Amino acid sequence: MRTRRITPWLFAGPALFLLALFLVYPSIETIRVSFYNWNSTTYVGFQNYISAFTEPSMVNVFRNNAIWVFVFTLFTVSLGLILAVLLDRVRYEKIAKSFIFIPMAISMVGASTIWKFVYAYKPPSAPQIGLLNAFVVALGGQPVGWLIESPWVNNLSLIAVGVWLWTGFCMVLLSAALKNIPKQLMEAARIDGANEWQVFRKVTLPLLWPTVAVVMTTMVVFVLKIFDIVYVMTNGNYGTEVIANLMYKQQFTFQNYGLAAALAVVLLLLVVPMMVLNIRRFRRQEEIR
Amino acid sequence: MRMRAVRRLFSRVPIHAVLVTIAIIWMLPTLGVLVTSFRAPRDVYGTGWWTVFAHIGRTGQFTISNYVEVIFKQGMGRAFLNSLFISVPGTVIPVTIAAFAAFAFSWMKFRGRNILFMIVVALLIIPLQMTFIPVLRIFNKLHIAGTFPGIWFAHTGYGLPLAVYLLHNFMSSLPRDLFDSAAIDGATTLQTFLRIIVPLSVPAIASVIIFQFVWVWNDLLVALIYLGGSPNVAPVTLKIANLVGSRGQDWQILTAAAFVSMALPLVVFFSLQRYFVRGILAGSVKG
Repeated sequence: MRTRRITPWLFAGPALFLLALFLVYPSIETIRVSFYNWNSTTYVGFQNYISAFTEPSMVNVFRNNAIWVFVFTLFTVSLGLILAVLLDRVRYEKIAKSFIFIPMAISMVGASTIWKFVYAYKPPSAPQIGLLNAFVVALGGQPVGWLIESPWVNNLSLIAVGVWLWTGFCMVLLSAALKNIPKQLMEAARIDGANEWQVFRKVTLPLLWPTVAVVMTTMVVFVLKIFDIVYVMTNGNYGTEVIANLMYKQQFTFQNYGLAAALAVVLLLLVVPMMVLNIRRFRRQEEIR
Repeated sequence: MRMRAVRRLFSRVPIHAVLVTIAIIWMLPTLGVLVTSFRAPRDVYGTGWWTVFAHIGRTGQFTISNYVEVIFKQGMGRAFLNSLFISVPGTVIPVTIAAFAAFAFSWMKFRGRNILFMIVVALLIIPLQMTFIPVLRIFNKLHIAGTFPGIWFAHTGYGLPLAVYLLHNFMSSLPRDLFDSAAIDGATTLQTFLRIIVPLSVPAIASVIIFQFVWVWNDLLVALIYLGGSPNVAPVTLKIANLVGSRGQDWQILTAAAFVSMALPLVVFFSLQRYFVRGILAGSVKG
C-alpha cells in the first residue's frame, strides 16, 4: 500500500500519545513516588517498601491475598472444568451454560450487594431473612456472622462471591477447548476398555491442560488485584483487607502517597511473572491454531 | 438392549443431579434479590423472600414502590444517566482511536512499528493501580478530576492496549489482495480504511465495543478514583457502593438499586450473547 510517510503517525499517533500519558508516564512516576515520603517531598529510599512488608497489619493483608489466589483459583478453575465436561454430555448444555455465565454481566458491586443479602445476619430470636442463615437455622444451627468471623469464615464468604462471578468464564473457555478435541480420541480409549474416569484422566485432561494453565494464570492475575468485592462488602474490616483496597485507603483516606505507590509497585511485581507466562502460552496456542 | 438403556439412564442420574444443583445454586442469589426488590419493607424484615412462593398467587404482596424510591428519591435514575454518559463516550472514543492505530500497526510500514506494537501489548500487564496517583495529579492541575471528560480520557487510556491488540489481530489476518485492488482503484489510505477495513472488521469491533462498554459500565475502581468526591456525576456502581454504606440494612432499597444497575448489561447479554461471550473471553487478558 502506498502511503505518505506521515500517514502512519496520523493513524497511530493519538493512541500512542494517550498510552504514554495514561500508562507509561504514570507507571514510571509511581515508581519514583514510591521512593519518596507521604507527600513526595523527601527521598526516603526503600522505607515505604520496608513498611509495606514489616508492619504487623501487613502480614494479614498478604495472607488474605494468598488465600484469595489459592482458593479462588482452585474453585473457579475446577468447577469450570467439571461443568464443561459434564455439560458436554447433556442436552440442556446451552441453557445451563447461560445460567452460570450470567453473573459475568453483573458488576462486582451488584454481585456484592446480592451476596450481602444472602449473608444477612439476624439475632437467633428474629426470623432470618438471609438465605444462608435461614438454611443454617433450619438445620438446627445458630446464625453465623458470615462477614464478621475472621479469618476463614469471612474471607471464604467473600471469595465465594468471586467464584460465583467467574466460574462461568472458566467454564466457557474450557468448554470451547473441549469441543476442539476430536471425539475419536475419547472413543478410541473407550473401545480399548477405559472407563469414563480413565478417559477423562488420561485423554481429556492432558489435551485440555494448556487451556487449564492459561485459565489458571488469568484467574491468578485477576484475583491478585481484587478490590470491588472487599471494598463493598467489608471495606477490609474484620481482617479481610487486601492489597488493592489498602492501596486505595492509603491514597485517599491517609493520603500517604509514598506507601500507596509502593503497594502499587508490589502489585505490579506480583502480576508481571504471571502475565509473561500467560502471554507466552497464549501465543504458543495461537501458533498451533 | 432395553436393560442397557435403562442402566444408562440411571448411571446418568448423578450427572443431572450435580448439574441441576449447581444451576439452582447459581440462580438463587439473583432470584432472592429480584423478589425482594418487589416486596414492601415490612415484609422484607419480617419474613424470608422465599416465603412469597407459599402464596405466589397473592399479587398484593408485590409493589414497585421500591423502584420509584431508588430511581427518583435515592438518585439511581440520575446515576443511571451518568453511567450512560460515562460508558458511551468511554467506549466510542477508545475503540475509534484503537481502530486507526490497529490499522497502522497491521498494514503500514514505518520506523519502530514492531517495537512500538510490542510496547502497546506489554502495557496490558500494568495494574491500573500503577497509574492512579500521577494521573490524578495531572487531572487536578487541569481541573478535570470529578468531571465526565476526565473519566472519558481515563477509560480511553486504560482501554486502548486491549482494543489495539485485539483489532490488530483481526485486521492483520485480512487478505493482502484487498489493499492491492483498493490501490488500483486509486483509493486513499483513509478511504481504504473507512470503506473496506472497518466494514470487514465489524465482528471484531463489535466484540471489543461490547467488552469495553460492559467493563466501563461495571467499573467501580476508576470511577471511585476520578469521580469519588463528586456525587452528582457518580455512576450506578459508585451510587450503590455508597448506598451499601449509608442504607446497609434497607434491603428493599439495595436490591432495587442493584437491579437498576444490572438491567442494561443483562439486556446486552441476552440480546448479543455471542458477541458478549466472545468479547469477555477476548478481554480476559486485560491488566
